[in-house]
Amino acid sequence: MPRMGYSFPEEVLEHVFSFIQSDEDRNAISEVCRSWHDIERWSRRRVFVGNCYAISPTMVIRRFPEVRSVKLKGKPHFADFNLVPEGWGGYVAPWISAMASAYPWLEEIRLKRMVITDESLELISKSFKNFKVLVLSSCEGFSTDGLAAIAANCRNLRELDLGESEVEDLSGHWLSRFPDNYTSMVSLNIACLGWEVSFSALERLVGRCPNLRTLRLNRAVPLDKLANLLCRAPQLVELGTGAYSSELRPDVFSNLSGAFSGCKELKSLSGFWDVVPGYLPAVYPICSKLKSLNLSYATIQSPELIKLVSQCQNLQRLWVLDYIEDAGLDALAASCKDLRELRVFPSDPFGQEPNVPLTEQGLVSVSEGCPKLQSVLYFCRQMSNAALMTIARNRPNMTRFRLCIIEPHTPDYLTLQPLDVGFGAIVEHCKDLRRLSLSGLLTDRVFEYIGTHAKKLEMLSVAFAGESDLGLHHILSGCDNLRKLEIRDCPFGDKALLANAAKLETMRSLWMSSCSVSFGACKLLGQKMPGLNVEVIDERGPPDLRPESCPIDKLYVYRTVSGPRFDMPGFVWTMAENPALRLS
Amino acid sequence: MQGVVGGGAGAVSGGGGSSTSDASMSTVSKEDNPVLSSEDSSSCLDESELELGLGLSLGVGVGACKAQQGPRGGQYARILTAKDFPYVGSSTSASVSSSSSSSSSSSSSSLSRANVTAGTKRSADSVAAANGASSQVVGWPPIRAYRMNSLVNQAKLPATEVFNSLIVKSRNSNPAVGKGTSNACVNANEKGQLRSSLFVKVNMDGIPIGRKVDLSSHRCYETLAQKLEDMFATSRSGGEEHDMMVDAITPSKLLDGSSGFVLTYEDKEGDWMLVGDVPWGMFINSVRRLRIMRASEANGLAPRLEESNGGQRNKPI
Repeated sequence: MPRMGYSFPEEVLEHVFSFIQSDEDRNAISEVCRSWHDIERWSRRRVFVGNCYAISPTMVIRRFPEVRSVKLKGKPHFADFNLVPEGWGGYVAPWISAMASAYPWLEEIRLKRMVITDESLELISKSFKNFKVLVLSSCEGFSTDGLAAIAANCRNLRELDLGESEVEDLSGHWLSRFPDNYTSMVSLNIACLGWEVSFSALERLVGRCPNLRTLRLNRAVPLDKLANLLCRAPQLVELGTGAYSSELRPDVFSNLSGAFSGCKELKSLSGFWDVVPGYLPAVYPICSKLKSLNLSYATIQSPELIKLVSQCQNLQRLWVLDYIEDAGLDALAASCKDLRELRVFPSDPFGQEPNVPLTEQGLVSVSEGCPKLQSVLYFCRQMSNAALMTIARNRPNMTRFRLCIIEPHTPDYLTLQPLDVGFGAIVEHCKDLRRLSLSGLLTDRVFEYIGTHAKKLEMLSVAFAGESDLGLHHILSGCDNLRKLEIRDCPFGDKALLANAAKLETMRSLWMSSCSVSFGACKLLGQKMPGLNVEVIDERGPPDLRPESCPIDKLYVYRTVSGPRFDMPGFVWTMAENPALRLS
Repeated sequence: MQGVVGGGAGAVSGGGGSSTSDASMSTVSKEDNPVLSSEDSSSCLDESELELGLGLSLGVGVGACKAQQGPRGGQYARILTAKDFPYVGSSTSASVSSSSSSSSSSSSSSLSRANVTAGTKRSADSVAAANGASSQVVGWPPIRAYRMNSLVNQAKLPATEVFNSLIVKSRNSNPAVGKGTSNACVNANEKGQLRSSLFVKVNMDGIPIGRKVDLSSHRCYETLAQKLEDMFATSRSGGEEHDMMVDAITPSKLLDGSSGFVLTYEDKEGDWMLVGDVPWGMFINSVRRLRIMRASEANGLAPRLEESNGGQRNKPI
C-alpha cells in the first residue's frame, strides 16, 4: 500500500495506538489515511455497539478482527418501564454465534437490555477459552442452567454480574458448578436472583477466591450468615447484603459488627432488603470510608437514615427512598460534602397523596450543601420554578438531571404556572448537562429553552409535555449533540419529525409513543431515509388497515447500516425504502 | 464514547450496507431523492398536513406538489431551522399538532386556545382518569419492574403491620422477642423463602418435570392461564396422555375446568384452593405454588362451573 515517506513502521504505530482506548479517538485515528485505518482496525480490542440493530455482527467482525471485549445494547430505554412489548427483539444469539467462530480469544461480553438464552450462555462458556467478564444488565431469556454452564466451563472467569436481569430460577445449585480449583472470581453480583442459591457452595467459593472485590448477594441470603461470608472475604471493596433482617440477638449483632469492622477496604454497600433498624449500627464502624451507599430498598425511616448517613462523610453516591424526607436531605447536605450523585425513589409511587414529607426543598438543600453534586434522579410530588432556578444557580456543574414529578402535568405549586422557566434555568446554567428528564406541566416554551441552551445534551426524556410540533422541532433543530430522544404522551406529530428527518441520522435513536405521528408520515420517513430503520410498533394490528392519517401507537427510529432487521415479531413493521421489503 | 462503529463524527454511510466507511460524512445520492410530487401523489396524505415535506429534499418550505429537487444534492443534508418554515403560519390543518409562526419566542403566544387544548387532550386520553390516576398509566411513574417488585414485596403486604409492630419492639430493645415474632422479615413467606420477584413452582399431573412461573408479570388470571398453557404445551415429556392434555388445554378451559384439568394453588396455610375465586391481589399474597390437577382428583374442590362460593378447602393430595 502507498505509504508516506516519513511515516513510522506499522509496528510503531500499532504500539502508539495501543495507548488509545476511547472509541472517539480511535475512530478519529482511523480516518487519517488508509494505512492508519488498517493498523487501527487490527489493533482495536474493544467494541461498543449502542444499538445492536445499527450494524450486523458480520460487519463488525469484518472490520475488527481481533476484538477482545464487546458491549452491546438492545432494547430502547423505555423498555425498563414496560413500554416495549414483550418479544420486540434485542436477541443476542446471532452475535454470540458469529463471535464464537470469529473471536476465539474474546474475553468480555457486556449486554444491556438484551435477550440471551441458555444456549447462548453455553456457547459462550465453550467457545472462548480465556473468557473473563460477563455482565448482563437488565437482560432476560435465560435460566440458572445457563449460569451453570458458565460456572462449569469458564476457568478464567473474573466477573459475573447479573445486574437487574430476569433469570428463570430453576435451581440454586448452579453455583456449585464452579470447580473446586476455580479461584479467580473478582466480582460476583447475583442480587437479582429470586430464590436461594446453595449457601455452602457460595461460602466455599467466597473462601477460595482471594481476589474477590465485589460481592452482591441476593435477598435470600439471611443476615445471620453474612458475618461468615465477610470473615472469609475481608478484602471486599463492594458488598451487597441479602435480607437485612433477623431476630434481634446480641450474638448475631456482635458477629456482624465484628465482621464489618474487619473489612477495612469496604467502600460500597447495597442490598438492605427488609431492614430491621436494630442491625444498622453494625455498619457504623465502616461508614466513614463509604463512597457509595444504596439504601433504595431499605424501608427505614428518616431518623435511622439520618443517623447512618451523617457518619458517611466521604459519601459520593447515595440511592435512597423518599423515607429520608427533607430533614434527612438537610442532614445529607450538612455531612456529605463530597456527594456527586443522589437518587431518591418513591416509596409509594401510586398513592394519590404524599406519604412522607419529601418535597423540592430536600433537593434544594442538597444542591446548596454539596458542591460536587452532578447527577440527580429525584422523584417528588411538588416542584416550583423558584426551586429549579435555585438548584440551577447552585449547581452549574450538573451533568445529569432527571426529575420525576409523580403526577403528570403538575404545575409550579406556588404560582400554578408551567415549569418552563425552571427547567429553562437548568439548561441555561448547567452548560455541561448531558442527560435531562422532564416532568410536570410544560409548554412548548421549555423546548425552546432546551434547543437554545442545551448544546451538550445527549439524552432527553419527555413525558406528558408540550403543546405542538414546535416543541419537538426546537429539540431536533437545537440540540447539537443529541443522541437519544425518548418521548411519550406528547402532542408531537408529523411536521417536526419530517422536517428534521436528517437530524435522525445523527442520533442513535428516537422513541415516540402515544404521540400524534401518523402512519403516512412513518411510511414517508422510511422511504426517504434509507439510513434509518423506522419501526412502527402497534399491538392493535397492521397499521395499513387503518387510514394513513391515523396516529400509530409507538415509533422507534434508529440509524443503521444493516437495513431492516429480520427478527421482528408480528406487531412491529419496518417502513422500508422498497415496499416489497416491508414485513407484515 | 461514540457508539456507532465505523463512524467518525458518528455519521454512517448511506445506501446499502457497505461495511467500511472511509468517508466521514454520509452522502445521500440523488437517486435516493426522487421527485417529491410523484411519490406524494400516490400517498394519501392530506397536503395541508404535510406542507413541510421532508427536510432533506425540500427547498424552502415547499408544499408537496412543487417538484423541487434539493439543490444541495451530494452535500450533507442541511437541517432546517425555524426560518425555513414560511408556510407554517397557516393553521388550516385539522391535525392535533399545529404549529404557530416560526420566528421567535413569542410564537407560543400565537397558539390558539383550541390548539392548546387539542394538544393536551391527546395526552389526557392516555391518562386513564381525568383527575390523574397515574397508577393506571402504563410505565408511569418511570420505575423499573425490578424495583416495583421489591416495593410490592416489602411495603404493601398485609404483613406490614406485623413488621411495624416488630420495629417498635426492636426499638425498645425488648429482649423478649419470642417465637411468634422470630422471623422479623416483612415478606410473609416464612421458611426462609425470600423473593424479589414472584416465581412459584408449577406442576402438572402426568408431567414429571415442573416449571416455574413469575406471577409478578401477570395482572389477571387469564394471562396466567395462557402462560401456563403455553408452558406445558411445549413440554415434551409424557406419552399419549400428554398429547391428549395438550389438545385439551386452552386458557378458558383451564380456568373453568372443562378441559378435564383444574388449576389449583397451595396457599400459605397449606391448603389447596381453586385458582380464580379470590381477587388477584389476594391470590398473589397467599399463593405458594400451583398445580394443574386432573379434575378427577380434585375431590372436594368445587368445580368452577358449579358456582362455588369461594372454593372449599382440601388437604394436599
